[in-house]
Amino acid sequence: MSDHAATHDHDDHASHDPAEIDRHVRVYIMVFVALMVLTIVTVAVSRFHLSVPLAVTVALLVATIKGTLVAGYFMHLMSEKKLILAVLALTAAFFIVLLGLPVITHSNGFWIPQPAEAHTAAEAQPGAEHK
Amino acid sequence: MDIPYTVAVRRDTGLNNGKIGIWLFLASEVMLFGALFASYILIRTGSPNWPRGDTVLDYRLATFNTIVLITSSVTMVMAWASLMRRKFGTFRIYMAATVLLGGVFLVVKYFEYSHHLHLGEYPSHSNFFAIYYTLTGLHMLHVFGGMVVNAYFWGPGAKLWEKNPVWFTNRVEHSGLFWHFVDLVWIFLFPTLYLL
Repeated sequence: MSDHAATHDHDDHASHDPAEIDRHVRVYIMVFVALMVLTIVTVAVSRFHLSVPLAVTVALLVATIKGTLVAGYFMHLMSEKKLILAVLALTAAFFIVLLGLPVITHSNGFWIPQPAEAHTAAEAQPGAEHK
Repeated sequence: MDIPYTVAVRRDTGLNNGKIGIWLFLASEVMLFGALFASYILIRTGSPNWPRGDTVLDYRLATFNTIVLITSSVTMVMAWASLMRRKFGTFRIYMAATVLLGGVFLVVKYFEYSHHLHLGEYPSHSNFFAIYYTLTGLHMLHVFGGMVVNAYFWGPGAKLWEKNPVWFTNRVEHSGLFWHFVDLVWIFLFPTLYLL
C-alpha cells in the first residue's frame, strides 16, 4: 500500500488539534518544573549524608519518579499503543533479571558454588582444576 | 519508490514503521545500559572501599549538566509540538536550542574529564573511575549521536517539511524519543555516580 495513498490513516499524535497541543504544552511545562524540583531534592537529600542503604533508596526512588515523568509525558507513553507498552514490559522483565544477577551473586545465590565449597570440590577431584 | 508506512499506520501494529523501529532500538539500549548498571552494582558491592561519588567527582557540575539535559528534553518536545502546530520557524528555534544545550553538556563533560585526567585519574586508576568513564563515555556518545541527528533535522533534513510535513513531524518525534531516552539514562547516572 502506498504511504501517500493512506495519509488519512495517521497515528494518534498526528491528528491532534491545536487546542489539544496547547494542553500538551502546558503539561510539558509542569513536568519540566517537577523535574527541576526533584533534581534539587536529589541533591539536597545527598547533603544529609544518610546511611548508604537509605541514600540509595531515596536517590533511586526520586530518579524513578523523574524517569517516569520523562517516559510518561515527554515520550508519550501515557497515551501510547499497547504494542509499544508490551515491548517495553518485556524489556523491563529482562532488565530486572539483568539487574538481579549481581544482587544474587552478592547475596551468594544458593546455586552458585561458594568459594570454600568450590575449593573443597577441587580438592576432592585431583586435577579437576586444571581441566 | 515510496518507503511504506512512514506516515500511514500498519493495520497489524497500529503504528507507523518508524515508531515501532525506534522503540525496538530503545529496548535494546535499555539492555545495553542495564548490563553496565549491573556491572556497576557487581563491582561496587564486591569492593571493600568504594568512594562516595561527591568525594572524587564535582557534583555541582553534574547538577548543572542535569538541568541542561532536562531543559534540552523540554526544548525537544516543544520543537515537535511546534511542528504539530504547523509553526516551522518556532520548531527551528527549539531544535537549535536542543542542539546547543547538548553542546553545553558535552563542553562541561570535557572540562570534567580534563580535570580528572590532569590529576592522573585515568580509567586504570581505580574500579570507580573505570566504571565512571565507561558509563559517562557511552552516554556522551549517545548525546553526540542525538545532536548530529537533531542538527540534520534542523538543517538539510528540514527540506522534507516542504514535501511531506507529516512524515517530517514523525521523524522529529522519533529523534525526540531517542533524545528523551538519553536524558532518562542521565537521570539515573547522576545520583548513581555523583551522589552515592
